Amino acid sequence: MNETAVDETGLAAGQAAGAEAAALGTGWRRSLHRLLGRRMAVIGAVMVVVFLGVALIGPYVAGSSTRLGLTDILAGPSGAHWLGTDDLGRDVVARICNGARVSLLAGVVSSALAMAVGVPVGLAAGYFRGWTDSVLMRINDVVLSFPYLIFAVGMAAILGPSLHNVIIALAVAEVPSVIRVVRGETLVLRQQDFVQAAVADGTRDLAIMWRSILPNMTNTLIVKATVAVPAGILGEAALSFLGLGVQPPQASWGVMLTSAQQFLAQDPLLAVFPGVAIALTTLGFNLLGDGLRDVLDPREL
Amino acid sequence: MIEFILRRTGAAVITLFLASIAVFLGVRALPGDPATVLAGESPTPQVVAAIRKQFGLDQPLPVQYLHYMGQALQGNLGSSTQDKAPVTQVLGERLPVTLELTFLAILVGVLVGVLAGIVSAVRRGTALDYAANGFGLFGLSVPHFWLGLLGIVVFSVHWHILPASGFVGLADDPVGNLERMVMPVLVLGLGLAAVVMRQTRSSLLSQLGADYVRTARSKGLSRGQQIRHALRNSLTTVTTVVGLQLAGLISGAVITEQIFVIPGFGKLIVDGVSSRNYPVIQGAVLVTVAGYVVINLLVDVAYAYLDPRLRMAGGSQ
Repeated sequence: MNETAVDETGLAAGQAAGAEAAALGTGWRRSLHRLLGRRMAVIGAVMVVVFLGVALIGPYVAGSSTRLGLTDILAGPSGAHWLGTDDLGRDVVARICNGARVSLLAGVVSSALAMAVGVPVGLAAGYFRGWTDSVLMRINDVVLSFPYLIFAVGMAAILGPSLHNVIIALAVAEVPSVIRVVRGETLVLRQQDFVQAAVADGTRDLAIMWRSILPNMTNTLIVKATVAVPAGILGEAALSFLGLGVQPPQASWGVMLTSAQQFLAQDPLLAVFPGVAIALTTLGFNLLGDGLRDVLDPREL
Repeated sequence: MIEFILRRTGAAVITLFLASIAVFLGVRALPGDPATVLAGESPTPQVVAAIRKQFGLDQPLPVQYLHYMGQALQGNLGSSTQDKAPVTQVLGERLPVTLELTFLAILVGVLVGVLAGIVSAVRRGTALDYAANGFGLFGLSVPHFWLGLLGIVVFSVHWHILPASGFVGLADDPVGNLERMVMPVLVLGLGLAAVVMRQTRSSLLSQLGADYVRTARSKGLSRGQQIRHALRNSLTTVTTVVGLQLAGLISGAVITEQIFVIPGFGKLIVDGVSSRNYPVIQGAVLVTVAGYVVINLLVDVAYAYLDPRLRMAGGSQ
């Protein structure tokens, strides 16, 4: 009698797991299909892919971004230099490609760091509630109350200006909003029957968070990432523009704009290209993010 | 309601307290010894020690913190290391500049954003909607400091219709002041307008689809009346978004002030770091953070006033 009961539940659990996996598979396929039906999202995805291509392959193809050209200073677009050269005769295409790599690094690493810190903290705050939640949220408020730029200025002053420090500052700036979103999702999921059942079952808290709650907010986290990456890209450009990030002669889109600022009257094009690069990249991520948000339909964001 | 206000105020005070410790420790972590800076060129160890004693820098950190905060609460934030002027006086000179910039930017951002959001939601699927959405995406994607640079190229270098940089006080020369503020305000306000537009559009659309609007429609209320009902409920979320955008706006103001050479708070902090003017940085950051916390407290209270559900549910927040 007992044995059959165990068998039955085992079988039922197995079937449920199988059905769940199948549903997950078709769910993903359906989401992808719906995403492909949205023209703007597809355009955004293409722009993101182009950006990734430029960032990953561009620097090898376009040549050195720091090689000085003493004869071609502030030259306009030509066959040799498609987008012209800057005030030190450096090829603008090569510098844009290098800048893309810096932007990609800043956007992805700062978002990943923010997720790595924000997801566990948000999970803990939303799952345990009570004192844990209050303490974590107060700390979150404190971080949130520092404008990221002031924080970044402080970091640059203490540790010196560098891409590393910019990425850390951007990650710190992003963490509160990740915590907010994850906590909100966790608070809702915590009330769901399957989580309550796991709690009643005596499953350990960590296991519940890891196996029952986290997988159910994948959509939200994907959408959050498509917002966080372009925010990181914009942030890096702004901080490098202020001289807090990547240092010349290394190229970043922000650094290029800083040097272009001195030649606005002679060569305004120099200020146009890096800005267009930043705008198109963030636009691509935003279009893709809007599409994903509609398709995956997370509760928050 | 009173309980809600007290609870939120309590939380804000704790946030401010923790933030003040963070600022204090952060400034102490900056490289360079303030006593050495104060002592001027080639100081003797005796002079440095005397200054250290005079400013209480030889005391343990918690004592220094309590002393600083005690003075700060009485309106004394120390004096600038550069010209020995009281920090409160320096901040008092710079604050109106940044306040004017951010206030006008918020005004532009909210007006443009809410109007564009309403038009886009009400005329959903029309050319106007697409235009408003395009504007929203543009404002969200374009780095505003870059727009500032382009603005200088177009309006100052080529057309000579707006000054490229500089600042004159609003009281000294109102026209000159506004002339110089046009570009910075538009540049700073655009990003906010984009966020506000998108938020207004999405919350108004969801409200227009809600049951109570359907009921209103079935009762024979005009389209305009329906929209007015829905708008009131959607603007509450817009209020919160504006509050949360404030930190971003302050960051934006720092860059905008750098580009247009506006002597505001942001420039004060950036310049303060390079000249190691620690009392000024500490005061400026403290005031900025306090301003942010207080405004968000006011936003929360306004939100609770507009939406009673929130103050009822406040206990679990």
